[in-house]
Amino acid sequence: MIVTATLSLGMIGAVGATLLYVVSKKFEVEEDPRIELVLEALPSANCGGCGYAGCGGFAAACVGVKTLDGLLCPVGGKAVMEKIGGILGIAGLSEGVEPLVAVVRCGGERNVRSKTNTYNGVQQCSIVSGLYGGETRCTFGCLGYGDCAEACSFGAIVVNSETGLAEVDEERCTACGACVKVCPKGIIELRKKGPKNRRVIIPCSNEEKGATCRKVCGRACIGCGRCAKECRFEAIVVDNNLARIDHTKCKLCRKCVEVCPQGIIREINFPARKKEDTKEAESLRA
Amino acid sequence: MWYVSSSPHIHSGDTVSKNMLSVLVALIPACIVALYYYGLGMLMVTTVSVVSCVAVEWAIQKYLMRKTSTINDGSAILTGVLLALNLPSNLPVWIVIVGAIAAIGIGKMPFGGLGNNIFNPALVGRIFLLISFPAQMTTWPVPGFFPMDYTDAETGATLLTVLQSGGATALPQGVGSLLSGDMGGSLGLAGGVAMIGGLCYMLVRKTITWHIPLSVMASTILFTGVMHAVDPTQYISPLIHLFSGGLLLGAIFMATDYVTSPMTPVGMLVYGAGIGLLTAIIRLFGAYPEGMAFAILIMNACTPLINTYTKPKHFGGC
Amino acid sequence: MTKTFRIGGIHPPESKLSAGQGIIPLGIPARVVVPMWQHIGTPANPLVQKGTRVKVGTLLGEAAGFISAGVHSPVSGTVEKIDTVIDASGYKRPAIHIEVEGDEWEENIDHSIAIVRNCTLTPEQIIRKIATAGIVGMGGATFPTHVKLSLSPPLATCAEILIINAVECEPYLTADHALMLSKGEEILIGISLLMQAVKVRRAVIGIEKNKPDAINLLSELIKRFEGIEVIPLKVQYPQGGEKQLIDAVLRRQIKSGALPISVGAVVQNIGTAFAVYEAVQKNKPLIERIVTVTGKTLAKPSNFRVRIGTPVVALIEAAGGLPKDTGKIIGGGPMMGKALISTDVPVTKGTSGILLLTRKESVRQEESNCIRCAKCINACPMGLNPTLLSTAAEFTQWEMAEKNYIVDCIECGSCSYTCPAARPLLDHIRQGKNKVMGIIRARKATNV
Repeated sequence: MIVTATLSLGMIGAVGATLLYVVSKKFEVEEDPRIELVLEALPSANCGGCGYAGCGGFAAACVGVKTLDGLLCPVGGKAVMEKIGGILGIAGLSEGVEPLVAVVRCGGERNVRSKTNTYNGVQQCSIVSGLYGGETRCTFGCLGYGDCAEACSFGAIVVNSETGLAEVDEERCTACGACVKVCPKGIIELRKKGPKNRRVIIPCSNEEKGATCRKVCGRACIGCGRCAKECRFEAIVVDNNLARIDHTKCKLCRKCVEVCPQGIIREINFPARKKEDTKEAESLRA
Repeated sequence: MWYVSSSPHIHSGDTVSKNMLSVLVALIPACIVALYYYGLGMLMVTTVSVVSCVAVEWAIQKYLMRKTSTINDGSAILTGVLLALNLPSNLPVWIVIVGAIAAIGIGKMPFGGLGNNIFNPALVGRIFLLISFPAQMTTWPVPGFFPMDYTDAETGATLLTVLQSGGATALPQGVGSLLSGDMGGSLGLAGGVAMIGGLCYMLVRKTITWHIPLSVMASTILFTGVMHAVDPTQYISPLIHLFSGGLLLGAIFMATDYVTSPMTPVGMLVYGAGIGLLTAIIRLFGAYPEGMAFAILIMNACTPLINTYTKPKHFGGC
Repeated sequence: MTKTFRIGGIHPPESKLSAGQGIIPLGIPARVVVPMWQHIGTPANPLVQKGTRVKVGTLLGEAAGFISAGVHSPVSGTVEKIDTVIDASGYKRPAIHIEVEGDEWEENIDHSIAIVRNCTLTPEQIIRKIATAGIVGMGGATFPTHVKLSLSPPLATCAEILIINAVECEPYLTADHALMLSKGEEILIGISLLMQAVKVRRAVIGIEKNKPDAINLLSELIKRFEGIEVIPLKVQYPQGGEKQLIDAVLRRQIKSGALPISVGAVVQNIGTAFAVYEAVQKNKPLIERIVTVTGKTLAKPSNFRVRIGTPVVALIEAAGGLPKDTGKIIGGGPMMGKALISTDVPVTKGTSGILLLTRKESVRQEESNCIRCAKCINACPMGLNPTLLSTAAEFTQWEMAEKNYIVDCIECGSCSYTCPAARPLLDHIRQGKNKVMGIIRARKATNV
């Protein structure tokens, strides 16, 4: 009895093992062992910021190329790319990568942008923008339903319930670009984080004529072009009634901040101005 | 300031609670029959079951899930009534409460509440009790005319239990008493006519479609009929199978549970046929005299699979 | 048994408040705003300048591109400015603002009510006249009619039947109904012209049975015409969907992605047939249309004949003014119409109705978990699984959505309408459909 049982079970085991061995050999997928190593070096956030489907896809892409030019993990930045270069024995990035940060180009807080209707449906920017211009008369600005927050793997962008605007937490933002891709209004962009995280931005995306957009929002860029005139570095261009700061040219002189008649140009992470400066700015504005 | 939303701008006015209410209304005839035969015991068991089901759901949502309560949708009440109809009328109160905790606490809420549960909560409760308290769950009071005794009622065996031990020759009653509900068993095993009345109501109200109840009944009749034709002395007639035990209750009220049954007509037919087949197998060859509850639970588990493989008939053929 | 389509369908309360009301011509407003984009396709190119004097019927904008339609002046007067107008969705669209002076028509337009019966034009000439008149599908889809008529099928199959959509399955709307009652003969002449244009011998008019007077009238009138038939249909939404109507009338189902011509049918709206009559026989371009203005609390639900470009507010005023408890204003019917953000938007070629919902009617119920009751599946006229598609779209499972034919959705709203858990199924499906269509287009572009 015991002998038969042992024998039959042993036989089944043996047959099964052989089968498994044959199948595993036959269908074996050869994987470059370096992919695993590269994967370990990556932050494994799977944010897709590199343009590949997750860190695995990026690792496979890195292993397949001769130079790492054009490949960048925006989350890990230069350090990670150098590490990957080391693993693969090829040159890392030739140029340094400047750290970037996501910027929401809308400053139309709830109290300055009046509502004209009440949306009663799925609270999702992509659905709302497919349906109509939104609850306010500005059809360019932040809708505030938080598709960007949903897309962010790092919890770096949230909709402020008070202002109704998406806000970026620059400490957490890795500039992966997920929010940029998902925003149906296309108002989020990646900009240089700047020295000491200082930067100057114009948080408005409204391309309507000055008179019109002044009516719809108290924080609208009216496209007057005074900032562009003031800028000595030709970093500001007014196009379609909207001023944009080219972050690669901006030298952070903050002259434009002072001349903006709408007072919407925002300086971030600068030390407080001296009193005379502020006064001067105010008098200019008035 | 106008409201803006995408089309459609009107709604049928149908709600989850209206559907639950409609099933509850359909259960009224069955409840009246049960009340007539089991009297006070039925009242006790049903009340305790409903109250504890609702209470358990409320407590779990309030203290464990910290979500807004959904007891207003009526699904917990329905689970309570269905659970009660699956229990003998002399079951002690504490066992009923345990059943309710199992039904809602194990069968429903851990999955995320109404809509997400895989198994019919009332049946989870019933099976839990059947396995945990086999003695109490398989002695049924003899039906009377509005008896006023509760746990001390005189008990007897059900038709199927008799048949299980004695074969088809032991058949004591005719189909007539089955239709009226005058036979021993759990509360809701009573009254074929009352059940079918409830079915008609739900069909008219379009609460459910005909697919599941009819396919369960048809396949039970088919499979038990084949066995009856093979050996009439061993296996009783399919009609008696149809009207005995929990088959009608199961086919009409338990198997048709929205959440745990397939969504496409074809899927519903497959599901119903599966329940009928499994019931027949368990009843004829299994250790339990009654197979409906197990059959439904097994097919509940198959529902996601059936949903994946059956698609609604697409416009234009393909 | 009365015919109807075979898959799904719902029966919302008909609420045809303005049924039986005749057509009231609405006065010409002091100023009209004519959008250049009232049709599917490319917006029309403005031809006039500020200060140009225009007459009724003067071409304001010419069709730009293959799928496009011309836009004519609905009034006489002076072009005030070429600017924009905020359309129903809140976006700015190019439009021509005209200050009205008098009511002077272009000379070649016959705007008498005399019926012109004879027509000796060739099919090509008829289609050209339709194109010149800027006619688009009047049911609300606003696809340029001449394009639809001349989209000769890829060889082999040829049209064998013309189906006229007089179903008007949307609740509340009665514009087509009123038109049939007052312009029966003109419509039938228009249908004969359309039959000539697509070279078919047979035409059927599908009318739902809730319009018995129209059925009787047209059945009487068709005796004088050859090859036209009236088919009464069982009341069921969305019978006015092209695919559903063909199925109801011909018992033929169009395959996924195919056009009606694949089963030998051409479908036109009854309003379009009337517009075709006016264009071909009277040289009158599409400058006015019938609009139902309705709502449960509105004083006088009516059917108006309105010049294109009239602000919606003028229609509401004429129907008794905006009721106090208005919560939502819808351009079109309650099932497929579009919510308006203001009453200043102009009436366009596709405006079949203005519906005012009360505050209570406007707010959606709060959604709860799907209970998998499958009512949406039973309601879907395309035989889709709305709850699956909605979930797939919500969780960006585009592949799954595509496999389950999300692009076949006709956005009729039957699923959202029936859902007891009040889930916004169509909101998600619509978004998913657009997304999947984009993915399919991109795939085709890379493959070619």
